[in-house]
Amino acid sequence: MIPASFDYVKASTVDEAVAALVKGGEDAKVLGGGQSLLPVLRLRLNAPSVLIDVSEVGEMRALTDDGDALLIGASVTTYEVMHSELVKEHAGLLSLTAGAVADPAIRHKGTFGGSVAHADPAGDLPTVAAALDCEMVIAGPNGRRTVAAKDFFVDYFTTALAADEVLVAVRVPKLGAGWSYNYQKFNRTAQAWAIVGVAAAVKSENGTITEARVALTNMGATPIRATGVEAALAGASSSDAIAAAASKAADGTSPTSDLHADSEYRKHLAAVLTRRAVEAASGI
Amino acid sequence: MTATAETTGAIGRPIRRKEDERLLHGRTNWTDNIQLPGTIHMATLRSPMAHAKITNIDISAALASEGVLHVYIGADFPDLPGTTCVWPVTDDIVMSHMPAICTDEVRYVGDVVAIVLATDQNLAVDALQLIDIDYEPLGAVVDMEEALKPGSPLVHESAGTNLCYTAKMPCGDYEAAKAKADVVVSRRFINQRLIPNTMEPRSVVAAPMGMSDEITIWTSTQIPHVLRVLLALLTGIPENHIRVVAPDVGGGFGAKLQINREEVLALVLAKKLGRPVKWTESRSEHFVSTHHGRDQIQDIEIAATKDGTVLGMKVDLLADMGAYLQIITPGTPLLGMFMYSGIYKMEALDFTCTGVYTTKTPTDAYRGAGRPESTYAIERIMDELAAELGMEPMELRKKNWIKHEEFPYTQIAGLTYDTGNYEAATERAMEMFGYEALRVEQEARRAAGDPVQLGIGISTFTEMCGLAPSRTLGALKYVAGGWEHCTVRALPTGKIELITGTSPHGQGHETAWSQIASDIIGVPVEDIEVVHGDTGRSPYGMDTYGSRSLAVGGQAIKLAGERLVEKARIIAAHQLEVSPDDIEFAAGTYSVKGDPEKSTTIQAVAFEAFTAHNLPDGVEPTLSGEATVDPLDFSYPHGTHLAAMEVDTETGKVTLRKYVCVDDCGVQINPMIVEGQVHGGLAQGIAQAMYEGAVYDAEGNLLTASLAEYLLPSAADLPSFDTDRTVTPSTTHPLGTKGIGEAGAIASTPAIINGVIDAIRHLGVNNIDMPASPMTVWRAIQAAKSGGN
Repeated sequence: MIPASFDYVKASTVDEAVAALVKGGEDAKVLGGGQSLLPVLRLRLNAPSVLIDVSEVGEMRALTDDGDALLIGASVTTYEVMHSELVKEHAGLLSLTAGAVADPAIRHKGTFGGSVAHADPAGDLPTVAAALDCEMVIAGPNGRRTVAAKDFFVDYFTTALAADEVLVAVRVPKLGAGWSYNYQKFNRTAQAWAIVGVAAAVKSENGTITEARVALTNMGATPIRATGVEAALAGASSSDAIAAAASKAADGTSPTSDLHADSEYRKHLAAVLTRRAVEAASGI
Repeated sequence: MTATAETTGAIGRPIRRKEDERLLHGRTNWTDNIQLPGTIHMATLRSPMAHAKITNIDISAALASEGVLHVYIGADFPDLPGTTCVWPVTDDIVMSHMPAICTDEVRYVGDVVAIVLATDQNLAVDALQLIDIDYEPLGAVVDMEEALKPGSPLVHESAGTNLCYTAKMPCGDYEAAKAKADVVVSRRFINQRLIPNTMEPRSVVAAPMGMSDEITIWTSTQIPHVLRVLLALLTGIPENHIRVVAPDVGGGFGAKLQINREEVLALVLAKKLGRPVKWTESRSEHFVSTHHGRDQIQDIEIAATKDGTVLGMKVDLLADMGAYLQIITPGTPLLGMFMYSGIYKMEALDFTCTGVYTTKTPTDAYRGAGRPESTYAIERIMDELAAELGMEPMELRKKNWIKHEEFPYTQIAGLTYDTGNYEAATERAMEMFGYEALRVEQEARRAAGDPVQLGIGISTFTEMCGLAPSRTLGALKYVAGGWEHCTVRALPTGKIELITGTSPHGQGHETAWSQIASDIIGVPVEDIEVVHGDTGRSPYGMDTYGSRSLAVGGQAIKLAGERLVEKARIIAAHQLEVSPDDIEFAAGTYSVKGDPEKSTTIQAVAFEAFTAHNLPDGVEPTLSGEATVDPLDFSYPHGTHLAAMEVDTETGKVTLRKYVCVDDCGVQINPMIVEGQVHGGLAQGIAQAMYEGAVYDAEGNLLTASLAEYLLPSAADLPSFDTDRTVTPSTTHPLGTKGIGEAGAIASTPAIINGVIDAIRHLGVNNIDMPASPMTVWRAIQAAKSGGN
């Protein structure tokens, strides 16, 4: 399909991008790697008047060590996140999950920030942002603000970003010692979106889980933290205890039904995959 | 008989394909790459409704849109058909009329309601959104069984019914066979609707070329020759004013065995406007408007004695035509009619097929066309019969198949299988597969209650290739013949032009045909240029589909080459001053028997034939051979396919762990091309079994209308296939060849599904409908646990 015509602005700084967004009004859209936006345009599901390309904004291309966190520019590609030594060392869950996104061509073009800002509940990387309590660094006409992941994801494809704001970077807290992690992606073909995904990070001491973070992909309108599972995992040291905790994975969720999975099946998968993710992460 | 003895040389060598350099370097001549001065771009507006009356159309805003030259609606071409059906299969058939542009009623989502012609493709697409059409819904008809009930909305009101035809073929006395049976097993199988996806979408350019009244139409088609005839019949433009060219074509799989309304419109508009008209579909358009495949409900019953001797089979099909009959829509399910008994001996086969109209995209041929459906039915029901009898499924097959010493064998549907060796293919496949070891592992996993269970799927299949002879096709009410043509021309410089009526779209004819001709006329493969896919350069042909090109076209190449060699022999004898009977021909050289120093070459003879200075009396100048061959019979490739399937019983996820196939396509011209055909076919069959399936909602909307919802597997989803071939040459085809284009797609669906069920049959599961999606499999396990299924 051919998109409707649009204007194009290439921003070289964050300020330029914000200025262009303000000028473009409600019909302006930020273009990163284009892996989500371009299909939307080609299917004519949306017809923005102007695209503001941030893929080469220097600040947004940086991936730096920021003390107790990593600062990952929104235009850093999924491929770069996957292969970054810093990410492997301090946020291995993100590195692992980046490798589960789509295929190599898409990972080379698509960006971590773009995935987070697009907020597709079937996306893998927003789930990791939720699991790791990431913070979103946002720039707008009134300056900058930081929004926690739990407040950032609002609804299907909807975030706390205002129309005149751009996501500059994602602040990823370092996991620290004693943590291990896993991501279970359940899909039908290798390149497809997750039917259900589960991100798990656990801290263990002497074969006992002391702290756990579990987040779910595609189990609702946004990435969901499985807080009941997290609480039940504290103190778990056997596979039975993990299974019992994992059985709560779908509690309180109301996942969608589609061609590949109905709501009931998604809930079943969430429990199975949570158990597997925690088992794989903890080695128990 | 073997043909291999006379085909030493180029035939049988896995040489690299001549086509690949241009394909790999992007120098391919796709239709959409053709840019002619003054081209007008066409865009099509398609119905968003499955079934509705058109009550009002307002094109004024679109006409005023930038770059728009014309907007046409149905009223502008009220009598122009958009397609035609050349196979009215029965006397009772209800035919349909698909207009080039709908006039007052739409019958599927994707039906064309208007077209825009603009100076630029982008502007043409932009203007589509400005056309305002009011629809009055008429009621969708989605389900075949509902469609046949009284009171269902009618797809074609004037027909008074949604029943398209009923075809019956009783062979033997099934009721008598059933009366003798100890065991009768029946199942309902769903051969789901598939959406063929070619790498290159459909595309057409039509242009008046100025030197005469001729209009050249380049189109991404499998059938340039057939299309030329049909375009002439539909448009009234004289056939000798139409030249059809199929340039490089990026995949067909049957989806480009069609006459499409966009081709009709491009031709008519190019003539009307006197300018080139171009149209290329988007992938989104492709999903709703390129014909679909399969879509059958199969009620299958098999009767046997308790020792496992199959007595007979009853086949009752519902076949979804979609909204209109296209080129061979009604015939497609019947291409499997003769093959429901597969490789097995039985006393009776009672076949019925009911064609049904629905408000969905028309169906038509898709890789295998009728034979994948029949193969699925027989190979699935054999496994169910084995389970009912408590027999090992391979043992049941061995007990019933035609033994190699019994060929030629006339099977229950009346076909005579010329050759085959099911024992040899099966023995080799089981050895490569490690069949016994996998059975041991399967038992161990069952005993241990492993959450991941293992199953072995078997498919011992045969098929029929090369639709022919023509008089048989006539008896089946098919409008065209089944012959093929070839001209082999020796040019004055000794180079060869091989003009074929086949029309490749990825198969490698340029290479394989050169290999055949090289052996026959004794010139190097690289000196042979294969000309194809252009009615201006290769005037006679029946094109490429149904694995016919080698099986039928290969015979024409052989005969044409031999005729050239014989004419050259007369000239050579004259030059060497001996009788033609005293000339020996080998490897391109004519020499005098007993005096090999006295010789000349075919290239030298070609030059003599060109100058004509010293030809024998009565011999015309120029050197060529021409042949049009109508084969004696179909050919019958076969093979044994084995799949090791893992089923995660906790999630229902199915994994193909190992796939072995041993095919017998007779003599292989180029084993590397054969290997490629097998791999591609397997991928498409496995895709049907595990991934693909068109889904419509109750209103007739296609829910799987993009590659995000309609799952095509990639290399990342498939294992490395273990393949081999046995060679049992055909005795009815002079090269000993049989055909391989569709084997993988035909054989693999039952192998996969039998394997899935074999993994979980002990849990109580005895059927899984395709595709074996995780949710489908998980639900089947849950249902079996609670006593269902």
